[in-house]
Amino acid sequence: MAEAQDTLAVAFELNGVPVEASVEPQTPLIDLLRERFGLTGTKRSCDVQVCGACTVLLDGAPVSSCTVPAFEVRGRAVLTVEGFAADESASPLIEAFVNNAAFQCGFCTPGMLLAAKSLLDADPAPSEDVIKDYMRGNVCRCTGYKKIVEAVHEASEAGR
Amino acid sequence: MTTRGFKTVGTAVRRVDADDKLSGRAQFTGDLEVAGMAFCKLVTSPLPHARITRVDASRARALPGVYAVLTAAELVNMETHYGSDKKDRPVIAIDKVRFQGEPVAAVAAVDLAIAEAAVELVDVEYEELPTVTGIDEALDGAGEPVHDSNFCHEYGYEWGDVDAAFRECDRVFEDTFEFPMVYHYAMEPHTCIASYEPDRIRLWTSAQHPFLVQAEIARLFGRQLDQVQVVVPYVGGGYGSKSYTKIEPLVTALSREAGRPVRLALSVDEAMRTVRRHAARGTIRTGVMNDGTIVARECTGYVDTGGYTDNGVRVTERFGDRMPGPYSLANVRVKTYGLFTNSTPAGSYRSIGGPQAIWVCESQIDVIAHALGMDPFEFRVKNLVREGEEVRRGRRPIEGDLEYALRRVADEFGWDSWTPGPTPPGVKRGIGFACGVTNSGASPTSTSLVRFHADGSATVYIGSAEMGQGSRSVMAQIAAEEMRIPYEKVRVVASDTTAVPWDRSTGSSRSTTLMGLAVHDAAVDIRTQVLDLAAEHFEAFPEEIEAEDGRASFKGETVAFAALVRNMFGGSGGELMGRGYVTPKHPSGKLRQDPVFWEVSIGAAEVEVDTATGEVRLLRYYSISDPGKAINPKQVEGQDEGAAMQAIGHTLFEEMLYEDGQLLNPNLVDYRVPVFTDLPHEFETVLIESGNGPGPYGAKGVGEGGIVCVAPATANAVFNATGVRISTLPLTPERVWRALHEAGQA
Ligand code: FES
Ligand code: FES
Repeated sequence: MAEAQDTLAVAFELNGVPVEASVEPQTPLIDLLRERFGLTGTKRSCDVQVCGACTVLLDGAPVSSCTVPAFEVRGRAVLTVEGFAADESASPLIEAFVNNAAFQCGFCTPGMLLAAKSLLDADPAPSEDVIKDYMRGNVCRCTGYKKIVEAVHEASEAGR
Repeated sequence: MTTRGFKTVGTAVRRVDADDKLSGRAQFTGDLEVAGMAFCKLVTSPLPHARITRVDASRARALPGVYAVLTAAELVNMETHYGSDKKDRPVIAIDKVRFQGEPVAAVAAVDLAIAEAAVELVDVEYEELPTVTGIDEALDGAGEPVHDSNFCHEYGYEWGDVDAAFRECDRVFEDTFEFPMVYHYAMEPHTCIASYEPDRIRLWTSAQHPFLVQAEIARLFGRQLDQVQVVVPYVGGGYGSKSYTKIEPLVTALSREAGRPVRLALSVDEAMRTVRRHAARGTIRTGVMNDGTIVARECTGYVDTGGYTDNGVRVTERFGDRMPGPYSLANVRVKTYGLFTNSTPAGSYRSIGGPQAIWVCESQIDVIAHALGMDPFEFRVKNLVREGEEVRRGRRPIEGDLEYALRRVADEFGWDSWTPGPTPPGVKRGIGFACGVTNSGASPTSTSLVRFHADGSATVYIGSAEMGQGSRSVMAQIAAEEMRIPYEKVRVVASDTTAVPWDRSTGSSRSTTLMGLAVHDAAVDIRTQVLDLAAEHFEAFPEEIEAEDGRASFKGETVAFAALVRNMFGGSGGELMGRGYVTPKHPSGKLRQDPVFWEVSIGAAEVEVDTATGEVRLLRYYSISDPGKAINPKQVEGQDEGAAMQAIGHTLFEEMLYEDGQLLNPNLVDYRVPVFTDLPHEFETVLIESGNGPGPYGAKGVGEGGIVCVAPATANAVFNATGVRISTLPLTPERVWRALHEAGQA
């Protein structure tokens, strides 16, 4: 049953802007982002923390927003694909995805981009094996992965 | 016109959907808001096979916030059943359920939480029936059949004198192979918003075939086609799972009850109970001469279509069409059967019946080559169908040189010079090959409209759904090329039945070939009109005028196309319209024969088998793609790689597991799909452009070929490594270890 729940106030930074919202304790972050803030770039697929379609960056680290409770972002910084793409620093990765045909249907792409960004932030010149290992929490059913590996490589220091 | 080089065709243009998809702006059905929209949750059957004795939704209807509950009782003043070939699927279960997860009731409520709560309040009583699980039980026919019987469809064909050929040949082989049930896992589960209104019905849905959905909804609810609008936003992966009509009738009926728009977004669990690939069993008897000539093949196959027909008729037929393989066969007999069981209905999945058929065909080819002491590659080449030969009697002959294609793959793979090299103890390496041809293109019927605007830009209208394959970019390329305007000047409007002209479907690798031809013709229509205007302007003949880059020129003078159009309308506005009709009677003459084209598939695999654990690692995989003409080469490769990666799933680990009609792994934790680390170290697509397709510039479809050869090539490589033949997929460590163990190899 949908019983009346105590709501929690959550203040956090969303794509660089301070925001506030009230959430129920069981509300996952993805619902807060999509429904309250209209940020539908974050996608829901498996809902069990396997596919990575719902990946966002929490203080720069990738998390599955389908599983992270919304209240946990209190006082922290959340970056979604919308915030990522709006920043000029995103363009080498975005252009590398275009040049390498690293997306098809685009449903995995927001999560893929954010996972790749956090990898390149931590390791500006990852080897192919490191890319594969780091990204293994992001499923793509369309591309066969090779072109995504190539795109991440191209966007890395090693590829430039 | 003098001969000119291509400007955008054949180049890697920026996909027209790139900016949407790389910014989070791309809208999929689940991202849309329709004013006043209610949210739907389903009440589904926990039992795989049962009579429904009572459905009581009164408690659910009384819950505040619930707008409506749809049950079979509400299916009045409408047709109740739908389906692409057989209309055997009820909009919602009537009297009986045929698979676990079949919708029995559907709730529309003010939000999802209330809808979920209401689902718990719908009381359903069942009388359980014995379950029909798998091909054997369906054939056995004991207990209550799934429908009137367990037989869905029967198909067959024959030529030559098969019995005589078997009597006269030197050796006869008979082998049986099994292919599992697998799930597409399009990352966007099926989603639909329906708005049933007095004078029209509107749908936004994740569908591959908007016009087939439109026709089905119009028929079910007694409306005219022009009263049904189907809009397909971006589709988050299809691969066949969103072909024909899926959840749209249910959501529309619920909207009618609720008196407002309703959205249903399935979970992965529910999507796995909506559609899957057919499990299959195939047995082939092959008669050969001692010199390695195949003289006869007799193929018998069964596909498990689950609780309803969905696309079971065509899959049964394609399984039969594709099983004898790409060989020159004087005597063939094929019988295939589609069977009902109590499991998720099976429909289209990338190359329908293809991976199943080629798994059977190509596994056995290897068995025979080995028994004859021949190299499996040379054995295939020896028997290959030749260019211009009918691979299936009475059908379109093979367009290309298959032997050349096979040799290209073998060369690039290094088939002849391969050695296992040093391996750790207990690890064995091997290589395997497979090839196939699949009849593709579905039916050759599409239309397109192009509007050329007064400022020199153009809009192309197509029915194709954009599900990742890149059709919008390809159509923009073709249109720009033929209108002689820059690619950047073209926009594509797609898959809205009130805006774009009719198309049959998006699938069977058909869009570039058939919609491409429609767009080509519509763009040529524009060019012809522009040249006529230019001829008038220059007082010359149309043939004397050069057209390029949005300008017409004659004897050193140029005029913009846009100015010609404006002049025609005597002012600042106006536009031209171009149309393209594609039918079997298309003036090119290339669409008269079935199939539209043969899609070639070839695979070479190198594997490593850990004999202690049974683990199979795919080290290298080479595939081929022949798009006739690659209009966008990177996208062609992407189609092939994506298809092959899906096949790596069904080859090594994917399988929907059923026990007594209960699906045991209805989530992505238990149903594993390939991830980055499953990528082979070498994963190559050999691209050849034979230029012989019926589409524009000799193009033909791709996207399905890559999925059919991975399994047999891999199993053949496992055999090459270990001497052990595995006849059931997937090649899980447990299955491989057992097989090795039984053969004394573990
Ligand atoms: S939807 Fe969150 S990981 Fe799949
Ligand atoms: S592009 Fe479709 S799932 Fe990755």
